[in-house]
Amino acid sequence: MSILIHKDTTVIIQGITGREAVNMTREGLNYGTKIVGGVTPGRAGRDVYGVPVYDCVRDITSKTRVDGSIVTVPAAFTRDAVFEAIENGIKLVVVVTERIPRGEVAQMVELAQLRGARIIGPNCLGILSPDEAKMGGLGGPAADARKAFTKGPIGVMSRSGGMTTEICNTLTAAGLGQSTAVSIGGDAIIGSTYAELMPLFEADPETKAIAIYSEPGGRMEAELADWVREHRSRLPIVAFMAGRFMDEMPGMRFGHAGTIVEGKADTTADKIERMRAAGIAVAERIEEIPALIRQELGKRGA
Amino acid sequence: MPGMFIDVLVDPKAASDAALVKKLVEVCPVNIFAAQEGGGLRIVEENLDECVLCDLCVQAAPPGAVRVIKRYES
Amino acid sequence: MRFYEYESKALFARHGLPLSKSGLAHSREDARRIAAEIAGPVVLKSQVLSGGRMKAGAVKFADTPDEAAAHYDAIVPIVVSGQKCRAVLVEEKSQVQQEYYAGVTWDGRRKLPVVIFSDMGGIDIEQVAERHPDHVSKTHASTLLPPMPYLAKEAAAKTGVSGADLTRLAPIVSRLIEIFFRYDLTLAEINPLAKLEDGRFVVLDGHVDLEGDARPKHEKLLAELGIRPEETRQARPPTDFEVRGAQVDAGDHRGVAGNVVEFDGNLGLVIGAGGGSLTLFDAVRKHGGRPANYCEIGGNPSVKKACALTKLVLSKPGVEKLAVMMNVVSNTRVDIVARGVVKGCIESGRDPAKTIAIFRIPGSWEQEGFKILKKYGVEYCDRTVSMYEAAGRAVMKMKA
Ligand code: SF4
Repeated sequence: MSILIHKDTTVIIQGITGREAVNMTREGLNYGTKIVGGVTPGRAGRDVYGVPVYDCVRDITSKTRVDGSIVTVPAAFTRDAVFEAIENGIKLVVVVTERIPRGEVAQMVELAQLRGARIIGPNCLGILSPDEAKMGGLGGPAADARKAFTKGPIGVMSRSGGMTTEICNTLTAAGLGQSTAVSIGGDAIIGSTYAELMPLFEADPETKAIAIYSEPGGRMEAELADWVREHRSRLPIVAFMAGRFMDEMPGMRFGHAGTIVEGKADTTADKIERMRAAGIAVAERIEEIPALIRQELGKRGA
Repeated sequence: MPGMFIDVLVDPKAASDAALVKKLVEVCPVNIFAAQEGGGLRIVEENLDECVLCDLCVQAAPPGAVRVIKRYES
Repeated sequence: MRFYEYESKALFARHGLPLSKSGLAHSREDARRIAAEIAGPVVLKSQVLSGGRMKAGAVKFADTPDEAAAHYDAIVPIVVSGQKCRAVLVEEKSQVQQEYYAGVTWDGRRKLPVVIFSDMGGIDIEQVAERHPDHVSKTHASTLLPPMPYLAKEAAAKTGVSGADLTRLAPIVSRLIEIFFRYDLTLAEINPLAKLEDGRFVVLDGHVDLEGDARPKHEKLLAELGIRPEETRQARPPTDFEVRGAQVDAGDHRGVAGNVVEFDGNLGLVIGAGGGSLTLFDAVRKHGGRPANYCEIGGNPSVKKACALTKLVLSKPGVEKLAVMMNVVSNTRVDIVARGVVKGCIESGRDPAKTIAIFRIPGSWEQEGFKILKKYGVEYCDRTVSMYEAAGRAVMKMKA
């Protein structure tokens, strides 16, 4: 099994005629994703690789079931597009766009909570369930995605899109496939944090362990550590922490918008300590992740 | 002059076909083709190395009329 | 991006927050004139982008215009946490009865703005929160509803403020909340918010942070406050190398070759993307390598852009070799980056084979990319070599 998306998930793309979106459409179709429509205002009647284009989301949702939407429109229009998706009943919205002000992201998240919808991103590459479907640019062209991602027992969550692929590729090379990989986004406020996705992996019988990529900035790792402690998770977690050099340089911006170190709790040293205290194994290098996962699984007799 | 990595060769007959020139200018995503003032085709040399090998120019022209050369292959 | 105190106060003034009489001095004559206009005791405060001014001696009190002029000269040379003084704010000295704290920021965990209020102002709010949690209130605000005045009233009342103080304080805090929302701030803070001997409330010091991603949205405000687009307002001012890096990125809209940060090592880095750069920079340092720079390429940059970045890094004195590394890429093309860096070496008059210590970018169009690298004799590796290992190979070559 997988979480969030699978073979029968129906998906639309908002902003489908944009340059990156056209690629995403072709890659998604080639990977087997059921893309049932796209939206670009004023372009109704056209098609992108056979996917019909409409003016409004409701033109699609009124005709057919839509499980998820990929939003890839310019930053100034993203909030509007996400509201349109949610208000038309779509329950899973992947926001690819980056550089959206935090206040607007928070509005999307608040509306999603009110309506029982889930947002992944913004500033992410999306979701990929190996051999099932993918939403967003994660993994790139279908042939490349099949090289890096394979089906298996590891759930992957990453604040970096590129590192999602790197980690899955490392797992695949070591013979550990993935149930679902989620590029959760690099911003300070995102729709779904590690701790908010954990219950989904926890409920998925195929998932046996979790690998995460984390960075300086924010409280997401602390939140995960608390969650693990409170819920006595059955899933061992192995984390990799990048950007350790940033601890020495508070206030400088490296990497994603969300990595700025604003206080002591944002540093990698503090995060590593908290995660270790909660029983999360922290890898020094990406290539150690598979062995650590096997070790943790062994401890639990799995 | 060719680029460091890429050269694009167009058959002279094809280069004087106004309709084809228009098509080439349209399809190339990195603007390697430009219409010359007073007709004809100009290769925009400074863009040659940006070629993304999409083959759209080759497909737009009659067989063999446009060739994209990867200079690093020889 | 942080505002100077005088900019924060200019923003507050537009929205009717109560401020003391003040003026910005760029010379000792300015300082003398402003003090004379205020016609009473004044405080002179260095305008720097960091806290800790008082400790550093960059805040001084003066009773006469002559004293103010002398203090101006004393304050200007003081560097506070690496930040230079931009100007000196000369402000009327207030008779303070009590100090409060009012701030609005983001609660990342709740994903909502939070209004923080304390009746123990004037000191570091994090310390107050640790030692006297009962003197700090936190009140969350919705981002979907318009900000209502009751939020401010609740925030103050929770710390025990009542009576005339509450009705005078609440509107000030309420306006601060509005400012926070209106300008996409990540922090709007008044510390201290002072109650004067005569019962009035006044903003003594304030600090505002605007979200970097919201800069384009507030261009007009920034222009009116005199904040230029090239001011990065980071923990230290940008170096010349970093400014040129930003120009490379802005010079071509295709992809990213940006966030160049200067370091003092000898190994130039052309690395990406966001997360990959952090991982690779750590790896180089762990192997004992000395990076000359940090940078992030991604989003499929053009050959021209990758070439320009390569040339920039190679132009930095002391750079002996380059390491070109990324995580497995799916959007950025290996062959395009390969063309860019090879071209950048050649146009810098260097042999790519000797200059590029390692090229480790696996992923889309890698076969095509590897052909180019082979032709120019550059050492490359595919995804079977980890990022950490690749960084190690580059560092080894520097030592050889
Ligand atoms: S292959 Fe594509 S990019 Fe290259 S010249 Fe032809 S149309 Fe332009």
